[in-house]
Amino acid sequence: MKPAPFDWLQARTVDEAVGALVAAEGDALVVAGSQSLGPMLNLRLVQPSLLVDIRGIEGLLAVDEADDGAAGPAITYGSLVTHAAIEDGRVADGTNGLMPQVARGIAYRAIRTCGTIGGSVCHADPAGDWGTALTLLSATALIEGPAGRRAVPIEGFFLGPFGTVLAPGDLLVGLRVPRLPPGTRWAYEKCCRKPGEFAESIVGMLRNEAQGTCRIVVGANGGAPVVIDDRGILRDGFDPVRARAALASAGLDGDPYLLKLHLAMMQRAALEVSTQVPGGRR
Amino acid sequence: MKHPVRLQVNGRAVEAQVEPRLNLADFVRDHLHLTATHVGCEHGVCGACTVLLDGAPARACINFAVRCDGRDVRTLEGLSCDPVMVRLRAAFTAEHALQCGYCTPGMLITARDIVLRLPDADEARIRVELAGNLCRCTGYAGIVRAIASVLEARLSEPSEPSEPR
Ligand SMILES: Cc1cc2nc3c(=O)[nH]c(=O)nc-3n(C[C@H](O)[C@H](O)[C@H](O)COP(=O)(O)OP(=O)(O)OC[C@H]3O[C@@H](n4cnc5c(N)ncnc54)[C@H](O)[C@@H]3O)c2cc1C
Ligand code: FES
Ligand code: FES
Repeated sequence: MKPAPFDWLQARTVDEAVGALVAAEGDALVVAGSQSLGPMLNLRLVQPSLLVDIRGIEGLLAVDEADDGAAGPAITYGSLVTHAAIEDGRVADGTNGLMPQVARGIAYRAIRTCGTIGGSVCHADPAGDWGTALTLLSATALIEGPAGRRAVPIEGFFLGPFGTVLAPGDLLVGLRVPRLPPGTRWAYEKCCRKPGEFAESIVGMLRNEAQGTCRIVVGANGGAPVVIDDRGILRDGFDPVRARAALASAGLDGDPYLLKLHLAMMQRAALEVSTQVPGGRR
Repeated sequence: MKHPVRLQVNGRAVEAQVEPRLNLADFVRDHLHLTATHVGCEHGVCGACTVLLDGAPARACINFAVRCDGRDVRTLEGLSCDPVMVRLRAAFTAEHALQCGYCTPGMLITARDIVLRLPDADEARIRVELAGNLCRCTGYAGIVRAIASVLEARLSEPSEPSEPR
């Protein structure tokens, strides 16, 4: 199908984009890589009167490796950084290969060359990869809008399927991703019917034995990514009873098939973080 | 409502006035009469519309022409003398890698990307990379063999000139 007619504005600065979005009073949409918006326009699931194009805003492509703020060392990615740039290692990685692996598993190469990390987060598809991965990494969303600038921890960014805290006129300008502490083992397991398809279950895991920390996130669960804070799941490698109980208390046991998938992904992830050599993977 | 665009298509400078909702596939097909680029699903899934945008594979159905101002577009027509494409064409013929041909233009552009970007790809990797190009005729066996044979031939003579990506 073809989209309903819309007009298009090439914004050169964040202020210009925010101004155009505010002036359109909710009838305009931001376009970044157009890899989610393009299909939605073609299917007429959205029919905005204006697209505000942010791809010409140079600052949104920047990657700040020297970010060493109060919250510790981090790398800040401009929202327009593409999945392919992360996959290829053309931008810095502070996650010991986790982010490039996540990028490589998103859709297909011809989509990754255009799709952006910021667009993926704003689209907030429950099965989207960056939502789960950046929740695992405790990233911070950097937002600029009519009310000025603010920084929102990613755990509070997603409100549900396709829902975020972005208010009308807000732009996601960047994502601040803390560098993983040395010795952190990670896993990112997803179940797709076909490579590149949206996942039916995603489990991300971080484990740092020296610090005694473990973080588990379950994505592609139909809503916002769920953080499970229970180190006991990794006792003796993997404790399935405890894992099932944790999924149940997060409300992820409604569908027996999906519960099994989440458990299987969690078991794979647990195995991965217990066998992985810190500092090098795959 | 129409906006001016200036871009390079297959090495040729093109200027046009386009409606913002016009996708790049319809632009090259209907406005430039370059019909090798096929349109299947129009939502990024099937890969029939895959072209090169600034040298990298991209879906023409979900990239709008108005946003290609200043960019370099290459469709299959613009790759007829490309050394990798010459080999891929011969290999697709030898290995029966097409039947109806609907998927073939996008398949060839993805195949070229695999050959240039992943020179060490084995059969499993080729298959994963082809997940974004649907073929309803061949069952993929011939396509995989064709790409593998070009990769193999290039490994034994690594000096052949080629553009990256
Ligand atoms: C066939 C197919 C398969 C896919 N498979 C996967 C997959 O397996 N995993 C996965 O994670 N993704 C997948 N995707 C989606 C892909 O990752 C997209 O790139 C991504 O979801 C959107 O990024 P974009 O830059 O293209 O954003 P756009 O499509 O341009 O925008 C998406 C939404 O976000 C808004 N937006 C974009 N940028 C900003 C910003 N900076 N500030 C505020 N709002 C903004 C837009 O208004 C729009 O509502 C797939 C897409 C396709 C077509
Ligand atoms: S027509 Fe573009 S991917 Fe199917
Ligand atoms: S040859 Fe017919 S779809 Fe591939």
